[in-house]
Order: sequence, then C-alpha cells, then structure tokens
Amino acid sequence: MFNTYRRGLFITAFLAAPVTLYLVYVISPYAQAFYIAMTDWRGVTATPNFVGLDNFVRLFSDGVFWKAVTHNAALLVLLPLVTIVIALFFAFLLNVGSEGRGVGGVAGSKFYRVLFFFPQVLAVTVVAVLFQQVFRPDGSGMLNGPLMALGARPVGFLSDPDVAFWSVLGVMVWQAVGFYVVLFSAGLASIPRDMFEAAQIDGAGRVSLFFRITLPLLWDTVQVAWVYLGILAMDVFAIVWVMTDQHGGPDFSTTVMATEIYRNAFQHFRFGYASALGVVMFFFTIGFAILSLRLSRRERIEY
Amino acid sequence: MTSWTVANSRKLARQETRRRLGPMAMLSHLALLLWTVLTLVPILWTFLASVKSEDEIFGDAWSLPATLRWDNFARAWEQAHIGQYMLNSVVVVTFSTFGTMLCGAMAAYVLARYSFRGNRAVYLLFVSGLAFPVYLALTPLFFVVQNMGNVPLVGPFIGLNTHAGLVLVYIAYSMPFTVFFLAAFFRTLPTAVGEAAMVDGASHTRVFFQIMLPMARPGLVSITIFNILGQWNQYQLPLVLLQERDKWVLTQGIADISTAAGYDSDWAALFAALTLAILPMLVVYTIFQRQIQSGLTMGALK
Repeated sequence: MFNTYRRGLFITAFLAAPVTLYLVYVISPYAQAFYIAMTDWRGVTATPNFVGLDNFVRLFSDGVFWKAVTHNAALLVLLPLVTIVIALFFAFLLNVGSEGRGVGGVAGSKFYRVLFFFPQVLAVTVVAVLFQQVFRPDGSGMLNGPLMALGARPVGFLSDPDVAFWSVLGVMVWQAVGFYVVLFSAGLASIPRDMFEAAQIDGAGRVSLFFRITLPLLWDTVQVAWVYLGILAMDVFAIVWVMTDQHGGPDFSTTVMATEIYRNAFQHFRFGYASALGVVMFFFTIGFAILSLRLSRRERIEY
Repeated sequence: MTSWTVANSRKLARQETRRRLGPMAMLSHLALLLWTVLTLVPILWTFLASVKSEDEIFGDAWSLPATLRWDNFARAWEQAHIGQYMLNSVVVVTFSTFGTMLCGAMAAYVLARYSFRGNRAVYLLFVSGLAFPVYLALTPLFFVVQNMGNVPLVGPFIGLNTHAGLVLVYIAYSMPFTVFFLAAFFRTLPTAVGEAAMVDGASHTRVFFQIMLPMARPGLVSITIFNILGQWNQYQLPLVLLQERDKWVLTQGIADISTAAGYDSDWAALFAALTLAILPMLVVYTIFQRQIQSGLTMGALK
C-alpha cells in the first residue's frame, strides 16, 4: 500500500513541473489563439468583441495574404526538391562514387562532409545579415562586385521584386544542404557494401548505381528529409524578416505567412486578424503533415 | 611470370575503369569544389570585411584592406553591445538547456517506464506540439507572459523583458521534441538494473538520478546539443518577449545592427559583429563536429 502511494507520488512529482510549464506556455496560447481569431481585438480596443468568421472572410480577400501563401507553397515544393537533389548527389559522391576498384567515397570525403555541414550550426539571423551584405546591389557586394568587374549589369538580388524570392530560396538551400548530405550519408552507411560491389561487378556504372541501387534503398530517408524541409518551408520567418527589404519586400515579393502574422500582431496590433492568419497556417501545416504521412505509405525494401 | 600477369591485368583494369569513369570523376570533384567555394567564400569575405575601413567596405568588394582595423571589433563589442548580448545569450541558454533537459528527462522517464491512467494522453499532449506552428501561439503567448509579470512575488522575475521568463518559455517549447526523443530512448534501456536497485531499497527518485540518467547518457548528450543550438539560434521568441535593448540576446543584436547601420552607418562594426557571432560557432563546431552532426541528425533518423 505504502509502495503504491510512493509510486504515485513519484509520478506526480516528476510530471508536475514539465506538464505545468507546457500547459501554461504552449497549450493555453494555442487554445486562446483559436478564440482570439474570432474577435476584433486590436491594440486600441481593450475589450475584444466576438465577430465570428469575419477575420477569415477579410483574410481571403487580402492580396498580401495570398502572396504569402503562394510564397510558402512555392518554397514547399522548391526547397525540398532543390536541397534533396543537391544533397543526394553529394552524399552519393562522398560515399559510393569513388573511382577505381571497390566502393568508397572520393578522397577527402570527411573534410567535405564537415565543411558542408557548418552553415547549419549558424543562426538563421546571422546567415540573413551575412547574405544581406553578400547581395549588396552595387560593386561593394560580394556577388555584384565581380559581376560588374566583368562588365555585367549589377543584379538587384534583394531590390528586384522578380529576383528577391529566388535569393531567399538560394540562401535557404545554402544553409540546408550540408545537413542533408550528412543525413543521407548516414543512410548510405547502413546499406551493405556488397550491394554496390555486386552491382559494380555486374557492370553497373555510376549513374545506374545511383538510380537503381542508392535511390531505392535510401527512399525512407529521402521521405524524412522531405517532411523536414517541408516544415522548414512552412515555418520560414527569420530569413525573410531580417534579410529582405521592408521585411518581406520589395512590394511583398518575398513575404510569407509567418512574417505577416508577426507584422499584423506586433506592428499593426491587429491581434484578432493575426490569430486568424495563424489558424489558417495551422491548418496548412496539419494538412501537409497528414498528406506526407499518406503518401509515404509504401513498400519497404528489406535488406 | 604469373605475378607480372596479375600486375598487368590490374593495371589494365584500372585503366579500363578510368576510361569509363574519367570525365565523371573530374566532374564530381569539380562539383564538390564548387560547393566548398560556395560555403566558404561568403564567410571568409565577411571575416575580411571585418578588418576593413568604412571606405574600403563601400569600395570594390574584393579589395584587400590597407591596414587591419581591429578597432572595428572594439566598437562592435562596446558600442553595438555585442558583448552584452552574447553574455545574455549565454545566461539564457545555460539555464534553459539545463531546465529543458531536467524537465524533459523527468517527464520522458515517467512516461516511458511507468504505466498509469492518463499516461498515453500526457504523452500525446507533449508530442502533438511537434505539429503546431509556433506562430499561431505568438500573440496569446505575449499576453500570457505579460500576465505572468503580475503574479505576486515571482512576477517581476518572469514577466516580459526578463531572462527567466524567456527561459521558462524556451523550456516549454523544447518539451515536444525532447520528450518524444528521450521517451523513445528510455524505452530501449534494460529494466533489470533499476529493478535490482529497487529491491535493494533505492527510491524511485534515486533510481532515476543514479542509474537511469547515467545509462541514458548518449541520448542525453545528443538532445542537449540539439537544444543548445536550437535555443542559441532562436530569434522569433525573444523578438516578441524581450523588447528592452539591454535584455536582448545575440540574434536580436545582430539583426538590429543591420537595420540600425542604415542610420548610424557603422558598417565596419556590423561585419565585426557578424564575425564575433560566427567565430565561436566555428571553434565549437570544429571541436565537437562529430557530436554535433550526430546530435542534429539523430532525431531525423529515428
């Protein structure tokens, strides 16, 4: 009897602090957000009024909101696609793609892995400020300097609305690739060497080695990478807020859902409207999670 | 005679592979080299610019500095308060990571090793946090923390613009991943050792701290690294919760100079500040790169 009591006391004591913190700081704000989304709460009105779905109606006719959604959607497709293709290519070269007999990485593969991974440990804000300087629009920019020296016209990496989005994508890929090279390398290391050797003896070149052996066996890891990068694309904030002109500009050409939530809540003090945006973002994220779980149900290759 | 044939055929085989893979091998080395340049050059260019004068920074991007301006670093550290922000970051992350690991390990252990009513529900409550975008909670969170400031006694320490308040928020938002990962880890550990200790009269608490935690070390190390990096690099939450300048963490300080530099126009100090933010990471990463790589990728693979 005493033991059961002690056991119960132990469980309660160990869960008390984590669960309390989690309820107060995580669960309660999420729950409140759904209610705030249906009020007209602004910085000036002390008492928020219930307005039903008004915020959502306004949201769907808001051009900036649709721009933000389009940019998130474009990132959702492009960021995983570009990052995974580049990372797979490098992981293959570093682990399997050596020349000559046997199967192994190219010389110095460890060095490359360590180096490529480094941007991952930098804060996104640091990367954002760094590339703001790299992308300077005149001869003092790291990229435009050489371009102008060669006689080309300078590119408005962040000032041209047609280019800015691609600059954001480029920086995100720059930072992410190394992580996925390491992730795929770990996946490749768990594939038995004889698979590759048997294929090589049968006369498989590097291209068929990649498409017929590596990719199918690595498919599970690729899916994990896809989900991770998808979430990264949905959640993007700091790179846009810090790096781009006017926090998502020029002319909203790089803005995303997260920056619009922050702008509405903490610059315009439209708390109700910002929360409605958050609710929409929530459903997009959940939708993406369910979709990727559905699509990833596929036969596993046993080895 | 035989050995000559073997050597010769090997040579022929090697030539054969080279003929087949030659241009590909060249291309692959070229590709690797290209990405090396892409990774390194922006960072090295920043380091270079950090010792240039203002005029040189606005001149040709690839010119070398005439003299090394180390005073840029002094201005970044003092006038741009990078020293203060870095100290704030260290204080916040030290406490928040410690708190995260303590709370996370306690919750994960109980949820993984004890069956009781509501266990599954609590576990799912924690793990469901993995799917929520933090931006949905941002507005209410601001007011929750503001209201915490009105709590009697401890209020002034955990409200808005306090480091302790931010620490508590960090701990709470790190729970989903920490609990998810550590619970999975605790489930893989053998039960026999703990049971033997219980028979010998050790309490539940003692078994946890003296037997289970040391056994879970590899998992704890990975998640600690994951949390340190995640919390050190966090920008969104401090941006909302710390609005007084002297409370800012490093990411806020760095982001602010790039906007403030437009008015104060101390671009040299900006590059020095960036360098000051990157260099410690470079040193830590060089020493612990194996642990950092496995710590960050471990979650993805399991």
